[in-house]
Amino acid sequence: MRARLLAACLLAPALLLVIGILIVPLFFDLAMAARDPELRDALPRTATLLGEWDGRGLPGEAAFASTAEELSQAEQEQRIGALAQRLNFQRAGLRALLLKTARADLAPPYHETMPALDARWGDPTVWLVLREARGPLTPLYLLRALDLDLTPSGDVAPVPLDQAIFRNLFLRTLWMSVVTTLLCLLIGYPVAYTLTTLSPRWARIGIGLVLVPFWISILVRTTAWLILLQRQGPVNAALQGLGLTGGPVQLIFTRFAVYLAMVHVLLPFVVLPLYGVMRRIDPVYLRAAASLGAPGWMRFVNVYLPMTLPGVAAGALIAFMLSVGFYITPALVGGPADQMVSAFIASYANETLNWGMAAALAALLLAMTALVVGAARLVVLPMPRGVG
Amino acid sequence: MTRFLLRVFTVLVIAFLVLPVFVIVPLSFTSGTLLSLPTPGWSLRWYQDFIASDRWMLATENSLIVGAATALVATTLGTMAALGLFLGRFRMRGLLMAVLSAPLVVPAVITGVALYFAFARVGLNSTLAGLVLAHSLLALPFVVVTVSAALAGFDRTLLRAAASLGAPVHVIFIDVLAPLIAPAIASGALFAFAISFDELIVALFIAGPEQYTLPRQMLAGLREFLSPTICAAAVVLTAVSLLLLALTGLLRSRET
Repeated sequence: MRARLLAACLLAPALLLVIGILIVPLFFDLAMAARDPELRDALPRTATLLGEWDGRGLPGEAAFASTAEELSQAEQEQRIGALAQRLNFQRAGLRALLLKTARADLAPPYHETMPALDARWGDPTVWLVLREARGPLTPLYLLRALDLDLTPSGDVAPVPLDQAIFRNLFLRTLWMSVVTTLLCLLIGYPVAYTLTTLSPRWARIGIGLVLVPFWISILVRTTAWLILLQRQGPVNAALQGLGLTGGPVQLIFTRFAVYLAMVHVLLPFVVLPLYGVMRRIDPVYLRAAASLGAPGWMRFVNVYLPMTLPGVAAGALIAFMLSVGFYITPALVGGPADQMVSAFIASYANETLNWGMAAALAALLLAMTALVVGAARLVVLPMPRGVG
Repeated sequence: MTRFLLRVFTVLVIAFLVLPVFVIVPLSFTSGTLLSLPTPGWSLRWYQDFIASDRWMLATENSLIVGAATALVATTLGTMAALGLFLGRFRMRGLLMAVLSAPLVVPAVITGVALYFAFARVGLNSTLAGLVLAHSLLALPFVVVTVSAALAGFDRTLLRAAASLGAPVHVIFIDVLAPLIAPAIASGALFAFAISFDELIVALFIAGPEQYTLPRQMLAGLREFLSPTICAAAVVLTAVSLLLLALTGLLRSRET
């Protein structure tokens, strides 16, 4: 019992660190995808009044009056920015309307002076947007992350085609991750196998070399690709020198460059588990198959490959989970059409400060990863586990 | 024949993994201002530029401080956690390991956002202490796994033997456990330093200009203009990484 207590005390600080600064904040962060605090923070009385309004026609004078008063007060106290951004995100142009109204010198009756200042205050759908934004929760960010929108009447509708970017973004992220994972498996499998056929000394050197990039900063490696693939770079010079191309080819800022750099980063993660599994396979099985007359390809497909599947699954899982989160590599060596979800999360969080969107994309990215990994487990687990 | 082709393929793949990085070495010693090969001549001007620059020196200093502090914090917490898992033989071991490896599984950008939120509440954004905590979080799983692996081969009867002879807990730890897992703890510390030294994405979220680390400063440089000074910085970064790799190799050969 005393040992248990001691053990728990030893574990506590590490668990506290992970739970305190990662897991709990992660939940708060993801919750921001559904929270809608801006209107009730900036215009508390208006939020209550709009909640009482039935949503038909225009709200009463009381709602008009509290909107005008609270807007001007929020403007004076300089806390109108978050609300302006929130409403403008739902409907373009509302930022300007809010700021204009907040700075105007309005007098009662407000249901006449406000539409006189700007005709949009006479538009019921503007009031419905405000009513929708009263919180405390909103499906808006999650819907937008799926290219859906909330109409003023509260229905869900697809966003206009020219604004629909996120479904493509998720499909692209998924696709690029799958391609990268497959490339890593196709390249890593024969390499791992060959390493098992070498003498222990050469195998150790080989593994050591495979691990070298593991230790070198991703940023340094990305810089190297930037230099190698530039228009006047060594790769283009070599291609022209060999007479393969007439002029310089666009290599950098392409999908090709992204795959090259991603495979370079992820290959060691795939080779290692494959090598670990292959090294433990007893060659006696292959010899038995050969003695029973199985040709080379049959020995591979029916005997060797099934025994290596745990390694394939482990390598693929690591490669996939790491690739869906890639950010810096596509950002630096890819073009605008090669960016992945992480780039958008970072840009919403760091540049436009739209935390709701950043959180919604993060939640969907995590859900997508969990879904794919879960599905892969279902497919892989029932297979024979080999001799591991 | 197949075997020969496989070996050629393997050599090519290893060349693909190892060689591209070295293109930065000649370019960091160029006497020209462009990143073109062959270089017009050789000079140390970009290293002088690196050393003379306040921003690069601040970044180097920050990287070393944060890396060393991360190694200390992550190794202490990670070793304690590995010992706790070893001694406690908890039934929820799987769950505990899952919690401890969460920093590996969550995409770095999402970790960055979560940390930014956590730190905003307690004023740790744009502080070196915050960066150390964040990097310790990322390095923790590596230390736990490394030390746990060493403990897995440890004979528990030694603990009981020491306890039956009346040794108090701290003596058992210092005289029995520590000597056996010391190489693993040292590897864990090097891992932690290396992870912190290379980390960029979390720093992107929580570091202000005063806390820029070498990778963060490199990114700022890359976004402005790809100058040979960046190559010089990259060579410094890589040299430190390879030094750490050599040190872990040394530790591993000691272990066996």
